[in-house]
Amino acid sequence: MSTVLFDTPGPRTRARHRLYSVIASLALLGVVALILWRMYDTDQLEYEKWEYFVTPDYVNVLLVDGLVETLKMAALAIVFAVVFGLVFGAGKISDHAWARWPCWVVVEFFRAVPLLLLIVFIFFTYGTGDGIGSFWSVVIGLTLYNGSVLAEVFRAGINAVPDGQSEAAYAIGMRKTQVMTIVLLPQAVKIMLPAIISQCVVALKDTSLGYYVLAPGLTAVGKQIYTEANNQVQVAIVVAALYIISNLVLTWIATWVQRRYVGEQKLEVFAVGYTASGASA
Amino acid sequence: MEDIYSNFDLVLSAFWLTIQLLVISGIASLVFGTVLAAMRVGPVSVLAKAGALYVSVIRNTPLLVVFIFVFVAMPKLELNFSSFLVKGVIALTVYTSAFVCEAIRSGVNSVPMGQAEASRAIGLTFAGSMRFVILPQALRAVVPPLASVIIALAKNTSIAAAFGLLEATARMRFFTNNNADDRPLIFITFAIGYIIIVEALSAGAHGLERRWRIAR
Repeated sequence: MSTVLFDTPGPRTRARHRLYSVIASLALLGVVALILWRMYDTDQLEYEKWEYFVTPDYVNVLLVDGLVETLKMAALAIVFAVVFGLVFGAGKISDHAWARWPCWVVVEFFRAVPLLLLIVFIFFTYGTGDGIGSFWSVVIGLTLYNGSVLAEVFRAGINAVPDGQSEAAYAIGMRKTQVMTIVLLPQAVKIMLPAIISQCVVALKDTSLGYYVLAPGLTAVGKQIYTEANNQVQVAIVVAALYIISNLVLTWIATWVQRRYVGEQKLEVFAVGYTASGASA
Repeated sequence: MEDIYSNFDLVLSAFWLTIQLLVISGIASLVFGTVLAAMRVGPVSVLAKAGALYVSVIRNTPLLVVFIFVFVAMPKLELNFSSFLVKGVIALTVYTSAFVCEAIRSGVNSVPMGQAEASRAIGLTFAGSMRFVILPQALRAVVPPLASVIIALAKNTSIAAAFGLLEATARMRFFTNNNADDRPLIFITFAIGYIIIVEALSAGAHGLERRWRIAR
């Protein structure tokens, strides 16, 4: 788009852009240098502050008690959330008002309430003492929130399949369940997959909220390490890096699955008389 | 339930802090996010790459970890702000700007290429085609994604509770500690407070969308 808006740059404009690039690079280098200098000045670059991340015992704790617990929490939450989302998403497009309204209320409620408020409530009401514990409090909170978002995604995905598809399916004599499972869902999955993937990343990131209710996971382990070793800056950097890497890996796997099993193309369904050139937007 | 009604001013002051966090960091992230979006679509490739890096790093970092950076790690670098509100706003702004940037960029990209080509073809300059053709359409396309970013921000302010800001979520924890029997009711009360904020934001966004609607 930006190439259309400009005339092709001439020698002068190109020179000016080069100048901007040099200035911008210097400014960015300056920012990086400032941060490094700040860290050097306050002795944050000292080896013993970083030593914990090359000590096998600590690495073990960080990866096993931290990363694995976090991933376990996220995986459980995503699986439960997909089930929750399917049930309530189906409920929201039900033909029966008695099923539609309660589902609508539940989904809208959990979508509007902050996840941390939900987790705090679940933990301090049902989780403490002999209760379900902080791990399951976080998993349940994540399930309710992400499940509600997914319910909305499923509803929108099924509604996005052109009407002609279900009409045709009914016309050849399929039942309601068959129309849903044979015709609508397979097409809707293709439309929904990007949204489901990004919701998985959201769920993985939100496991960090376990910090507040002392649930196991990366942030909790990080807190233990920095209270012991007084290396807050280093722990923050390492924990952030671990989260970023797991999210990027998750996105990469999901994109690969999408390409492999659903096909790279976005779903394009053309009705009669509707040409591909009309869909340029 | 007694407790929450007789101390309702505490509830209101907690939500007032939530709204302060929302408004200040909302405005700051709109400004900073727009700058980032301009960097990403602009002609200087160094800035475009820096913007892209910022967005992908921040989008994959949990907000809670950003809060840890600002509240726990930054004081160790002797970069300390005395006010908790300022620190909360910094953390929320750093995080939300990345999402604002993406919303704006997707809005600008959603204007069909043909519009830009046509405006150039009738002889409008860069400024002219931006002013009369691209931006008015992009502005309309940007409202729904920006609204959902701001709604997410409203809910994300709750994370400040974990770092000593006495906003609505932290206040609910105090109430539930003292009143073991009424916990569900207290939860519902605070949830309704958040729902009112979220609904007000989405009503505002719908209003803007309706007001700016044009025949295409």
